[in-house]
Amino acid sequence: MSGATIDDEQLWAAVADPSRRRLLDLLLAGGEASASALARDLPFSRQATAKHLAVLERAGIVEARRHGREVRYAVLPQTLEAATQAMAGVAARWDARLEAIKRLAEAAERERQAR
Amino acid sequence: MLPDSIERDILIQAPVDAVWRIVTEPDQIAQWFSDKAEVDLRPGGSGSLTFEQHGVTAPFVVEAVEPPHRFAWRWSHPEGSVPREGNSTLVEFLLRTEGDGTRLRIVESGIAALERTDAEKRDFLEDHGGGWTTCITSLGEYAPKVAAAVPR
Repeated sequence: MSGATIDDEQLWAAVADPSRRRLLDLLLAGGEASASALARDLPFSRQATAKHLAVLERAGIVEARRHGREVRYAVLPQTLEAATQAMAGVAARWDARLEAIKRLAEAAERERQAR
Repeated sequence: MLPDSIERDILIQAPVDAVWRIVTEPDQIAQWFSDKAEVDLRPGGSGSLTFEQHGVTAPFVVEAVEPPHRFAWRWSHPEGSVPREGNSTLVEFLLRTEGDGTRLRIVESGIAALERTDAEKRDFLEDHGGGWTTCITSLGEYAPKVAAAVPR
């Protein structure tokens, strides 16, 4: 299982694609499903579905599970959650910088008004 | 399909000229961004941000100086190259008066067009935090669904 490590770059590319987001939506709503079953509910071919699943699997977002002759795919929630948290932390940096600018500017302004 | 830009903004209770100084003056930048900063404040001028904890100095090139409303630079270009569209991101600080204060908006764009290796992109994301906002929105929508769909 590859859920423990996240490749940010792969993950980013994997979820940035609207087709793959639809695929993820389907998987989250319905649980495990085979590529053929997923393709029936998606407006793209079985080949395209398989390709998208491979990208999601490499990024550690979905996992392939063998049931006899059928391979079914399922979302790995821990990867998705860890990724959400990691990315929220990274994005918060610009907010932190803006907050720091605000503090500096407002402190300087209060000082100016007090003079 | 990579998201190409991020936008963040904040309302500051100070006049636009005061915010402009904090955004553009090196000794001020060193208080909210890096440990040390240098800026040649004119289009085409060079600048740098030093992060002592990481032992890194990030160079940038000033693209626009329009006091007190717009300051922009390009950075994250490969070492030894001249930053341009396609090999760097554009960081823009946009300031405008709003009521008694100033609305400060930051836009970092050109992320999707970056020509770089996966390892460099990872470093970029770790260092700059750019690019992820769009993804966070989409992933943020997933987190509750995951929690609901999967019993613990």
